[in-house]
Amino acid sequence: MTNTSPIERTGERPGASNSRLPEFYRTMRRIRTFEERVGELFVRGQSAGSMLHLSIGEEAAAAGVSAAMRPQDTFTTHHRGHGIFLARGAEPARMMAEIGGKEAGYCHGKGGSMHIADMGLGHLGANAIVGGGIPAVVGAGLSARHHASGAVSIAFFGDGATGQGVLYESMNMAALWGLPVVFVCINNQYGMGTRIDQATANTALHERAAAFGLEAMSVDGIDVEVVADAARTLVEGARAGRPGFLAISCYRFYGHARKDKSPYRDEAEETAGRLRDPVGHARARLIETGLAAQAELDAVDADVAAEMDATIDFTIAATEPPLASMFRDVYAPDEPEPEPVRTRIDRVLARD
Amino acid sequence: MIELTYRDALRKALADAMTEDPSVILIGEEVGRYGGAYGVTKDLIREFGPERVIDTPISEPSIVGAAVGAAMTGLRPVAELMYVDFIGMTMDQLGNQAAKIRYMFGGQIGVPMVLRTQGGTGRSAGAQHSQSLEAYVMHTPGLRLAMPATVADAYHLLRQALRRPDPVVFIEHKALYTMKETVDLDAEPLPWGRAAVRREGGDLVIVTYSRQLHYVMDAANRLAEQGVEATVIDLRTLNPLDFDTIRERVNAVGRAMVVSEGVMTAGVAAELAARISEECFDYLEDPVVRVAGEDIPISVSVALETGSVPGPGLIAETALRLTGKRAAA
Repeated sequence: MTNTSPIERTGERPGASNSRLPEFYRTMRRIRTFEERVGELFVRGQSAGSMLHLSIGEEAAAAGVSAAMRPQDTFTTHHRGHGIFLARGAEPARMMAEIGGKEAGYCHGKGGSMHIADMGLGHLGANAIVGGGIPAVVGAGLSARHHASGAVSIAFFGDGATGQGVLYESMNMAALWGLPVVFVCINNQYGMGTRIDQATANTALHERAAAFGLEAMSVDGIDVEVVADAARTLVEGARAGRPGFLAISCYRFYGHARKDKSPYRDEAEETAGRLRDPVGHARARLIETGLAAQAELDAVDADVAAEMDATIDFTIAATEPPLASMFRDVYAPDEPEPEPVRTRIDRVLARD
Repeated sequence: MIELTYRDALRKALADAMTEDPSVILIGEEVGRYGGAYGVTKDLIREFGPERVIDTPISEPSIVGAAVGAAMTGLRPVAELMYVDFIGMTMDQLGNQAAKIRYMFGGQIGVPMVLRTQGGTGRSAGAQHSQSLEAYVMHTPGLRLAMPATVADAYHLLRQALRRPDPVVFIEHKALYTMKETVDLDAEPLPWGRAAVRREGGDLVIVTYSRQLHYVMDAANRLAEQGVEATVIDLRTLNPLDFDTIRERVNAVGRAMVVSEGVMTAGVAAELAARISEECFDYLEDPVVRVAGEDIPISVSVALETGSVPGPGLIAETALRLTGKRAAA
């Protein structure tokens, strides 16, 4: 790997003997099932937001990169980040409660799907602005170097963010300063309804990163082991001061958001795209290599289904945040809260 | 007591903060080797090294965004935006990220960063380097906003900003950098968020901030010669806004005028005038008058530039009319 010749990896996997594939399968199944339950929450009218972006089809990106991260590492995600957060150890019930806008959620119902965060797990925040979370990892990288913490900071974003200037600014800064930062582009082929080849002439996205002097790789996101292998190389390179970029190619199985039926793409394409299934791929490989039997995997699936079913029950039972909490956390806890409009009106109208 | 310029005071505030707190870093265009476009960070790179005084490419959104990420992970960054006119470039990182992170994330973390910038007219710098855009900031909950008018405040407000738990936008005025004052920096400063009453008078209250304070004080001296005594309030910070001081003074005097260099429509002066009109209604003898920037871009022509913003003449004339005295011809 060099700065000037980005590489595309197509089939490198570790040997079966020390395979982490069973663990990856479980992580990916948890993501898949969680996302399915998010969809169900929406259908049942229990989701606080209408803006739900599912990462079905992108599970290998989340599981593979997450496996390369250490506890001190930090990350930001985009609007399609449920899977990444789960893979980093999020509690699904608290995630679901946040998506449902409930007090028990990670952000007490104020963030929801697109603004979920948890400092304990190094999650510096999901983002509803395309590319909005990218420059924060440059700052986290400066911080890691300043404090000699050994932490790497990873920005996860979609192919849509490759149209945003902040990505290029941030890649340039990371390369210029040799920061412990990795940019992970989950290329699901679509920015909302616009296919990547309708948005850019050169779809070899990793070449852009190489042009900035980043260690750049591109992998097929159907194979979680390939993703994990590339991610390990890049994350450890970043830890040693060589920032990286990983493009992971996959297919967004469903629409941009819950209500989007994808009228802009034809059925044949969708059918073919959904065959690029990282969960199914891992399952087939586990069976084929003898690492797991079908019955064992069925048991994992059932276990995960029960876990994720419980998240819906938890969310439905959870309470809304108290109305007065609306004024909390605009500023730090010791600062006066903003004065409610009603109080201000009352003062104006309370004339002698 | 020492004699300092506004620029020296800012530089000293940065140097003192960096000496006291190793987590303070500077990041921005030309802050290091060049020493800052207006010289505020001159030689700090020699004193504190390139790891703490970081020269950046010309990438305003990511300068602010990097400061956000650094602030979330244990540093106390001072990002510099060379001109406030460039704030539009950074508005996502500032308005959608820095301002909202504490709230969106349910209070888990704050963004204790300072965004230093400068604005205003006075250098014939044209429409894209002369604006007063503080209303953009004041209109965004979550951002604190400081605008020092004096040398002492340049020092103290910047030191205080660097101890605040929330993001502070710190807007200097480009026409004040060479202003000198003899100051005692050891004297106890006013608390953060408190307005300063710079002058007392019983005929009207003039509320202002930043460079306009000096025009208002000049006008107030002229007014005194004509028997009109003004109370002058220098807000110092626009968020927090010390409305208690305004209310108390306006209620006592019964007449108010707001002076701001920003354009009049939907500006800071509009907000202040609305609040004074609402909250001091029963005490007001006359309408609250705004003296503010014209609703036009700033020209390079010195005559047009100067004519675009309030000056002592317009301020004094307006005060005389408001108080019922005839304007001096």
